[in-house]
Order: sequence, then structure tokens, then C-alpha cells
Amino acid sequence: MSYTVDLGVKGAELIEEVLKAYPEKSAKRRAKHLNVHEEGKSDCDVKSNIKSLPGVMTIRGCAYAGSKGVVWGPIKDMIHISHGPVGCGQYSWASRRNYYIGTTGIDSFGTMQFTSDFQEKDIVFGGDKKLEKIMDEIQELFPLNKGISVQSECPIGLIGDDIEAVSKKKSKEYDGKTIVPVRCEGFRGVSQSLGHHIANDAIRDFVFDKTDPNKNEFTGTPYDVAIIGDYNIGGDAWSSRILLEEMGLRVIAQWSGDGSIAELENSPKAKLNILHCYRSMNYISRHMEEKYGIPWVEYNFFGPSKIEESLRKIASFFDDSIKEKTEAVIAKYRALTDAVIAKYKPRLQGKRVMLFVGGLRPRHVIGAYEDLGMEVVGTGYEFGHNDDYQRTTHYVKDGTLIYDDVTGYEFEKFVEAVQPDLVGSGIKEKYVFQKMGVPFRQMHSWDYSGPYHGYDGFAIFARDMDMAINSPVWALTKTPWKKVA
Amino acid sequence: MSQSAEKVLDHFKLFREPEYKEMFAKKKAEFEYPVPNEALQHTIEWTKSEDYRDKNFAREALTVNPAKACQPLGAVFAANGFEGTLPFVHGSQGCVAYYRSHFSRHFKEPTSCVSSSMTEDAAVFGGLNNMIDGLANAYSLYKPKMIAVSTTCMAEVIGDDINAYIKTSKEKGSIPAEFDAPFAHTPAFVGSHITGYDNALHGVLTHFWDGKAGTAPKLERKPNESINFIGGFDGYVVGNNREIRRMFKEFDIDFTMLCDPSDAWDTPTDGEFRMYDGGTSLEDAANAVHAKATIAMQTISTEKTVKMIEEHGQEVVRLHHPVGVAGTDKLLMELSRITGKDIPESLTKERGRLVDAIADSSAHIHGKKFALYGDPDLMLGLTAFLLELGAEPVTVLSTNGDEKWAAKVQELFDASPFGKDCKVYPKKDLWHMRSLLFTDPVDFLIGNTFGKYLDRDTKTPLIRIGFPIFDRHHKHRYPVWGYQGGMNVLVTILDKIFDVMDADTNGIATTDYSFDIIR
Repeated sequence: MSYTVDLGVKGAELIEEVLKAYPEKSAKRRAKHLNVHEEGKSDCDVKSNIKSLPGVMTIRGCAYAGSKGVVWGPIKDMIHISHGPVGCGQYSWASRRNYYIGTTGIDSFGTMQFTSDFQEKDIVFGGDKKLEKIMDEIQELFPLNKGISVQSECPIGLIGDDIEAVSKKKSKEYDGKTIVPVRCEGFRGVSQSLGHHIANDAIRDFVFDKTDPNKNEFTGTPYDVAIIGDYNIGGDAWSSRILLEEMGLRVIAQWSGDGSIAELENSPKAKLNILHCYRSMNYISRHMEEKYGIPWVEYNFFGPSKIEESLRKIASFFDDSIKEKTEAVIAKYRALTDAVIAKYKPRLQGKRVMLFVGGLRPRHVIGAYEDLGMEVVGTGYEFGHNDDYQRTTHYVKDGTLIYDDVTGYEFEKFVEAVQPDLVGSGIKEKYVFQKMGVPFRQMHSWDYSGPYHGYDGFAIFARDMDMAINSPVWALTKTPWKKVA
Repeated sequence: MSQSAEKVLDHFKLFREPEYKEMFAKKKAEFEYPVPNEALQHTIEWTKSEDYRDKNFAREALTVNPAKACQPLGAVFAANGFEGTLPFVHGSQGCVAYYRSHFSRHFKEPTSCVSSSMTEDAAVFGGLNNMIDGLANAYSLYKPKMIAVSTTCMAEVIGDDINAYIKTSKEKGSIPAEFDAPFAHTPAFVGSHITGYDNALHGVLTHFWDGKAGTAPKLERKPNESINFIGGFDGYVVGNNREIRRMFKEFDIDFTMLCDPSDAWDTPTDGEFRMYDGGTSLEDAANAVHAKATIAMQTISTEKTVKMIEEHGQEVVRLHHPVGVAGTDKLLMELSRITGKDIPESLTKERGRLVDAIADSSAHIHGKKFALYGDPDLMLGLTAFLLELGAEPVTVLSTNGDEKWAAKVQELFDASPFGKDCKVYPKKDLWHMRSLLFTDPVDFLIGNTFGKYLDRDTKTPLIRIGFPIFDRHHKHRYPVWGYQGGMNVLVTILDKIFDVMDADTNGIATTDYSFDIIR
């Protein structure tokens, strides 16, 4: 393939120009995170998963955000204590749109904010006693909770609290109740990413290893799979699950969107783990492979091309009956996807997109845009590692601008120069680009829409991209009586 | 399959289709090992009981659904109110991502703020290098006129000396020696976002007035006729500050708005991203020391700052988020007293219009029971306004309001016949409120976006007033201060009352005799 994306500018020169704004030392460091992708390279040739420079306005979050906000928070029948001062829990309260079904406050707790609201005395004298009391109060007031996790905020690790001992003691006191201490203090690591890893390890240590494998009565089938790394944002896991069920598989667990503790506990009984967000849950998938011999397969449910490819890939692990049903599923939805493409492609053909997101999306959504005739000309990961950039080479074309852990300054300058038709990033970026007159969609929260996964989700994705790009508002941003400079 | 290209179903309707409903039921029954329905129903009912309320109020350690945030959020708010100022939060970087998201979700605007991105090594060795590099990078990239430094709890726990760090950074050339870099310690484990606002504003004023951290002579106060205005942490800052400015102009008073993010959080969409816009000029911030007096619109939100201003010899008028007629009267009469200027006829007329509107609508509000929660000053202002309307604010709750605040609310109750059966709850959260709404039901709830969960659970209609408001757009553009602001609050309350009235009377052939066309 010799196709090169149309950046509109010389990528290398643009990077060089943007770097001039930094002090010399910082320019050198940032240069390693920026590149123009060359077809045929085995990765995107950028440094990743290293510390953000201070003062540059990184878009990244912290380990707590990765553990509480991403991995643990969606487990709906457990109570997740934001352990430390009030802020972290407050800012992450219900904002990630991990949909679930349950009676909130009674048997489900996903959109609640439980905090130990640390005061000065807790910092000085330690918070372990308070944590014990919190667990007692939770047991009394929320008796139907199925477990507790302790999501550490920065001070916990700095003041030497022993949340492991408290959790162990209380678990014993409450008849072996699942109580999980998570060391996801925000200063650990360089981004959300370490929080994912720590949270995965906590599931391994405190759910798998501490639970009697026969706790839940369970009869397996040869078709049991677990969805790993789908947080059910706007219902993504649901519009994925429905396809897996239609192809004859039995989804025994969702990790972790709309997930329950029982589903986590039963996962080692799956025959195949299917992994959507590789970045945040490859750890537990590898562990289940090593310890329980469960193979895992990555898939991509954005856009019909990738969905079709993924459905067949998943089916290849099973017998012919599944493969046949899979073909039937693909055929069944073809009319829908053809109609969606027929409707929206003419409106979106040739539109250029720049992305900057987290997890799997900087690469996974590219196919969906291409199904609609659009072209992704720039992309980067908030907290990706080198293995993400390796995987990205299968998606991006020659000449694509790559920016790892982009700074506010760089992103603004890149968009200004490239002038894409759409930017897909987060809430912190949304209004910056809209002010500049560039259409924007939030690609973390789906801009309060969704689901975007699966065939049902693709129709919504297409509609949303069309309404962002083709909104009449963009014709109004230039003041008619003002001369263009 | 329910999805189609013609009529795209998203999460609102898609999951109500039979194939999804069936899937949910199966998932729950086969894989979730759910709580038996009987236990579920029993617990639902129990949480509505007085027994549950008593246990809930006996909580000593656990906080559930609080209505407060942490200090640095307020510090970022305060920094954003000064001309060309970049907020710089020293500590972990995730915090800054949270503040920026939080403000952007409320104002639907970008919020610029940088972090010194401290990680494990900084936890061990301190964050000096992060400060040195961070200031240099921020200064080069974002070209601010001022960098206002505050701290996350991480930096506070390890005890970083940011005053010394800023000095060292200047010595190392990160920022010029004369560059304004005020600072404030804003530990998240003390107070709340309003405390952080107070500390940060205190830091800025101290910087300019008291010799820029020992690098310049202290300013000598030469009293003039100008008035300072401090709004405090205010979710309506965009609408409010403009309204206040208009009122001052009507009055023809020379004034300085100390901390004014009303332009920064309301920039136009015209093809240009303005990282900075408007704000109190640094010169004005310095000259504010000479003012005759300072109006503190939310005194609890600015306690430390107003004390420091008083110590500099100015009179301070301490208000508590005045809303409505009497509250605005007091503001104007104080301004008149201090400046010796008559209250302008135009504002007098506005007063009459608000009274007129209240008279027109009072029958619909009179005797209605309200529960309200939010920041302590806001609660004082709203409680006074509700009493003025003849409503009964039977439950007034604040997570970051203390006993001293509660005593002030009680004074308001005691001064009005409508306050007779009203109760104030300091240092309580929204899970306490949930119990109260079940055991002591009211007609309406007033609070921020998170009140929608209480509305859902207790069927108490929520009137959105407070911070943050995430799920309604543009409310921050409408003032709640001044007579015009009082009008907006009145209409907001009335709209909900009428909507509820209509929804309650639209039963065809059952209740729609009361579905009146004129209310």
C-alpha cells in the first residue's frame, strides 16, 4: 500500500515548528513522542508510557482514575470507597457513563460517591480506624452490597496506612466477604495505565485467589465466553453482548461494565476471553491464560468491517455450529449497515479526522470512520504503551501524524495546521476546538450518546459524526463583517 | 432487530426494545446471582423508614454523596479570574485533569490549568524539580502574565515548601525574577472548594499588597473612593458578575471586581480559541488595596481573605449570597452608605418590578415546602429568599457548612413565621438528605445536578440551583444576584411548580379538569 494520508502540511516540519515553543530540554523530550507514521514500520516510532512533562497541560489522569474510574467503578453490586480526601470521588462521580441495571443505593451502587472524606486528623493520625468504621457503617446501611473495594487516593500511600490489614480483618469479621484493598494512589506511575494494572492485580489477588471456586452454583457449556475490557459506556457492552449471544455464545461475565462480583468470580470458567480494551485488561487476560488455560482474543466492534472480521475471529475458536450462526449474524445485519453507509457516507466521504483518546480507541475507531469514507489523519494515545503503538500500525496509513501524551499546546497547533473536519477527544479538549470552529465529538463519553459498539452502535456512531460535521452552526462561526486576516 | 438507518435508536430507546429487555433479564437471572426480590423490596422500603434515617444520621465515618469538592478546585476557579493567569497546581497530575473536566462540564467551556505532574520519585524527594521544570514549560508554552500556584493533597502531605520552590525556580531562570507567581497552600483534607477559593484569592492579594513574597516593598494604602467586589466561588459567575457590573455602573461607582472569570468562562465561538480572556487586571488587583471598602458577596467562601483585607484598613461588608428583594436591598443600601451616592432610580424601579413579579406569583409558592442543599452562603441567600416568598424551607442542608453556619440559618428561620418548622443540617450529605425526603417530605428540592438521584428515588421534583449543573445547559449565564437575578430564581422555581402542576393534572377524563390554560 503506498497510500499516504493528506495532512495538508508537511508533518515533520509541523512537528519541528511546534517544538520550538518549548524550552530546549523539554523540546528534546517531547520530540520523542511525536512522529509521522511511515508505512511498513513495526511501530509508530514514538516513546510512550513515560512521565509527562510538568507544566505542559497533559491530558492524562492518574492511577486512581484508572482503577476506580475505569476498572472497579462499574462493578455494580460492590461499594467502592474513594479513600482519602473528598475531591477524587467527587470529580469522578457518575461521569463515565458506565450503564448498569439495578436499584441504586439498594443492590447497586455504580452512580454513588462513597468517600472517607479525609480530614487533617486522618492525615496526622492515619485513617485505618476510620476505614474500619466506614466498613461497619456500609454493612449496616447497605446490607445488600456484595463486596467492598478500597480505592486509595494519594495520601494513603504517603501516610503509611495499612488498608490491607483493615480489609483482611473486616473480611474475616464479615464471614469472608470480598473486601479489596487497591493501591491505586494517584502519584503511582505516569497515567491511568498503572491504575488499570494495579486494579487487574487486585482482582487476581482478592477475587480469584480468595474466593472458593465453587461459591456460585455454575454449569458450564462449551460456548462460555467473558467480555473483557468493555465498560458499557452508553451501553456498549450490551450492543456487543447481543451479537455474541446471537452467534450462539454464552456470555458468562462482563468486565466490568454492568458487571457483578459473581461474574468476575465465574470468569475462570470461561472457554475464551474476548478482549476489547487491551490496554486496561490485558493483564487479567494473560493471568487467566497462564493460570486457567483460557485463551484470549482481541476484537474490535467499531464499524461493520472490523465487527465482521472480529466475529469470524471469535467464531474460529468454536465449532461449525457457531461459525454458521456467525455467518447468519453477519448476513442479518448487512442490510442495516448497508443502509447506514448509504445514508451517511455521501455526507461524510473524504472528511478528515484527528483523534486523541485513551485505551483502545486511538486505533479501534479508525475502521468505523473508514467504513463511512472518512480518513483519520492524526492519532495518539493518552496512556498507551509500545504494544499499543505496534498494534496501531495495522490501522493507520502512511503519513499519519502520531502524538503520544499530546500537550494542550501541541494539540491546538496541530489542529490549527492540519484543519481536520472533525476532532475526536475528551471533555477538556471539546470546547477548545469548537471555539476554533472545528466540529468535535467526545470519544470517551460518546458525547452523552452511544452505544457505539456493535451493529446497533454503528448506526448511532454514523448519525453522531454526521450531526457533528454537518451542523449548520459551523457556517456561523465567521463573523460576516470581519475581514479574514 | 430494532435498529434502522431511517430512525436511529440510541441508548434512550434502543435498550427498551424486546431483544434487549430479554437479554437483560437472562443476564441477571443466569449470571448475576441477584439478591432475591423479596429482600430487595424489603430493603427499599426500609431505607424510607425512620429507623433507617436514625441509623443513617448515626454515621460517624462514612460520607455518601457529599455536596462539596476539594480545595484546589476553588483555587483554580480563583486563578481563572485574573487577567492572563494560568493556574498551576503542584502535585499529582490526575487532580488537574479532574478540575478541568469538572469546570468544563458545568460551564461548557475550556478550562486551562497545568500540573507539576509529581510521581513516585517526587513523593520521596519532594517536587522541587517538578516545580522548576513545570514553571519553565508553562511559561514558555502558554505565555501567561501570571501563574497562580496551588497544591494537591500529595504535595501537602509530603510538605513541599512552595514559596521556597518558586524562589528557587526563579533563581534557576524558569520564570523571570519579577514575574508574578502568587501561591497558596490548598490541602484537600481541610475545608472544601470554597476554602481553596479563599486561600488562593488570599494568596493573590497578599502577593500584590504585601511585597510579592519579600521581593518588593509592601504597598502603602492610600485610601480612595473605589469599592472592591468579591463574588466568591460561584457557579453563576458568568451571569452574576456581568449583572453586578451593570448595577455598579448604574450607581456610577468606581469599583474593582476582585477575581472575575466571567469572560474566561464565556468566550465566543468565532474561529479563535482564547486561552485567556478578561479577568481582573494585575494592576487593579494591586491597586485594590487602596479601596475604601470591600463587598464580600459570600463571606463564608472568603473568610480568610476578608480578614486580611480588614487588617489592611478597609471596611468589609459581609454578605451571604443575597438573593431576592431584602438581600439586594441590603447590598444596595450598603453601597449607598459607603459611597454616599443615592441608589439610582433605575435600580429602584427594578426592585419594584421584582416585587411586582412576586406579588403576581406568590399564590403558587406560598406555603410550599422546600428542601435545599448546597454551599453555605448560597443556602443562606436562598433560605432568606424562600422565606420572603412565603415558602417554607423546611430542610436546609450543607456538607461544607458548619455549626456556625447553621446558627445563621436558624436566625433566618427565627425571624420569619414561615421558618417555624424548618430545620438546618450542617455537615451532612445527600444520603442524609435522601432519608429526610422520605421521613419529612417536601414539595420541591433545590440543589445541583446530583439532586436528580434524590428526585428519582423520592419523587421530589428537583429545581436545579447550585454547582455543578451538568445536565442542563447555560444556566450559569443567568444571574441570580441583583433584582434581575432574583427574578431569574423566581422564574426557575415557578417553571418547575407549573410543570409539576400540569403533569399532575393531565389525566384525560380523570384529573384534567384542573389542567387550566391560565395559572
